[in-house]
Amino acid sequence: MTQSISPAVLRLADGEWHRLHPATPLLKGGIALIAILGVIIVNLRDVVINIVIGGGRNDEFDPFVWIIEHDYAGLIILAIVGGLVLFIGGFYVSWRMHTFRITDEQVEVRSGILFRTNRRGRLDRIQGINIVRPFLARLVGAARLEISVAGQDANVQLAYLGSAAADELRREILLLASGTRAEPSGVSTGSTGAARIIDDLLAPELPVDAAAPESVVQMHLGRLVGSILLSSFTLVLIAAVVGVIVITGTTREYLFLFGFVPAIIGMASYYVSKFTKSLRYSIAGTPDGIRVGFGLLSTSNETLPPGRIHAVQVSQPILWRPAGWWEIKINRASHSSASGAAGQANTTILPVGNLADVRKVLELVLPGIVDPEAIELLERGLTSKGGDDGFTNSPRRARVLRWFSWRRNGFAIVSGAVLFRRGAIWRELTVVPAARLQSVSLHQGPLLRRLRLASLRLHTVAGPVTPALGAIDADAAVAAFDEIAGSAVSSAISDTSHRWRTA
Amino acid sequence: MTPRLHLPATAEWRRVSPKYIVVDLVGNLIFGLIVVAGASIPAFITHNVFWWTLPASLAVVFIIALALTPRRVRAMGYQLRDDDLVFRKGLMFQRFVAVPYGRMQLVDINRGPLDRAVGLSELKFVTAAASTGVTIPGLPAEDAEELRDRLVALAESRRAGL
Repeated sequence: MTQSISPAVLRLADGEWHRLHPATPLLKGGIALIAILGVIIVNLRDVVINIVIGGGRNDEFDPFVWIIEHDYAGLIILAIVGGLVLFIGGFYVSWRMHTFRITDEQVEVRSGILFRTNRRGRLDRIQGINIVRPFLARLVGAARLEISVAGQDANVQLAYLGSAAADELRREILLLASGTRAEPSGVSTGSTGAARIIDDLLAPELPVDAAAPESVVQMHLGRLVGSILLSSFTLVLIAAVVGVIVITGTTREYLFLFGFVPAIIGMASYYVSKFTKSLRYSIAGTPDGIRVGFGLLSTSNETLPPGRIHAVQVSQPILWRPAGWWEIKINRASHSSASGAAGQANTTILPVGNLADVRKVLELVLPGIVDPEAIELLERGLTSKGGDDGFTNSPRRARVLRWFSWRRNGFAIVSGAVLFRRGAIWRELTVVPAARLQSVSLHQGPLLRRLRLASLRLHTVAGPVTPALGAIDADAAVAAFDEIAGSAVSSAISDTSHRWRTA
Repeated sequence: MTPRLHLPATAEWRRVSPKYIVVDLVGNLIFGLIVVAGASIPAFITHNVFWWTLPASLAVVFIIALALTPRRVRAMGYQLRDDDLVFRKGLMFQRFVAVPYGRMQLVDINRGPLDRAVGLSELKFVTAAASTGVTIPGLPAEDAEELRDRLVALAESRRAGL
């Protein structure tokens, strides 16, 4: 199998120092230099033509004419050439000095000319690996590899690498991190040069053979459009439009409408960018974790290894209810610099999907927790109106505090996870894997004490999901507190997901 | 009034030192005096009797808080269970937190000037979740250090990933 991997790719994860893609300086800022050069050359051309043809001089001040008239030409050309050499030399040296290596234990990057930086990340602490391909980089067949480690601004970036090399390197890193020493299976990178770049541009976000087909969730175009149109942003927009019409209708000041033109342009671009960024969205399970890809022109494709998801929330805005759509958000320990689908933070793992999609995504993000029985419980958690359905719900006396949702407001503890269900109008279900739980707290204020109620909170790493549940029976809450605390300990001991393939 | 929350005790509840009542009283008293003095400024400037209601009502609130201090300090406690630490606090607003030992990322010992005067320390636990927020005040200095060493050793032996 090994001969099908091009040697250049195989070499990357061998513990030696390597350089980035040669087009890196160009992609990182060299474009600006080329643009400036272009402007200068275009201007010079006019002057040269004028001199050669001897055309009439205009009275406008032209720096180039001025330079030639004062005999500074030689000096200036020298300065420009000197500057260019310095720039290009600087880019070249910085590219030469920017090296990385991947050993069995860690990934290490050295960079900088005068101020050297050296960053190392431990492989078993990897929270996710993201491959981002901005449009320009795709044209030259390059990609940015970002290795997220827990914490703010704690990512190791390899920008830029060859596109195929980035994919292969990610597989290698995940393989090293997973705790096996298995031979990587071959990937055909047979085509070369321009053909490969074109292949790359046309290729689907996710190679079909990389994932079991039944675990792939894709975005339907109509649903994407619908979900964007039915967002709460649209509600605000409609309210604003109605307000403006009423105001102009009563005051008859039509000129005042022109003030809204920039706002309209802004809103249109918001919709368009949200739309193009979510196009070609897909999520799939691979042996090394789940893989989320999206984007039309600039694409992004992230792999989250198993056990890196600290909390999952499935929620349904009221407008999506007739269509039966849901959104899934997660808490994770790392913060990637690239934003996720629909321009949202990359904690939104499913921008919109129906119940079947939700089930598939939950199976992917909560492996080992979601067995058929738990799936039924999860679905009841989403759609059930409440009652005796496996959840411990708020007692009837809680309806003072939860007018509509007291029947549904409740929790369930399954092996390895805690489920919180809230809301009858804005329905949501929060799942926290017990192995990722940091701590749990139980609260009771004077009002809750009067009603013999209490509230529970689960503490996870910071993110969009805050698992909290109010107004549940005090005795049930005390019992749940103990049970959750015990489950957190036992799950953490049996959890091996930081070396997921050794288990 | 319905009864307060009670956890089934599997280990003994350890109380914070009674000396902490003094520390808390003095600290709250100083803070209260500063706030009340600040709130009195408008009354002094305007000579309007109406403005005195502001510092007066604040003073009442602080006096009630001071009167409840001994009970509030007695309500604080912690249990060292087999696998986790449970901390409780609060009189009106009760809060119980359970932190598994393996989840502790670091343990801080803080000593303020008042704490030092009576030989107390404050232990602070940090996990990967910012909201955990477990701080045990009013531990005798040697107890605090012993407890810290013990917890760090426990955390080390039960260390899990994030």
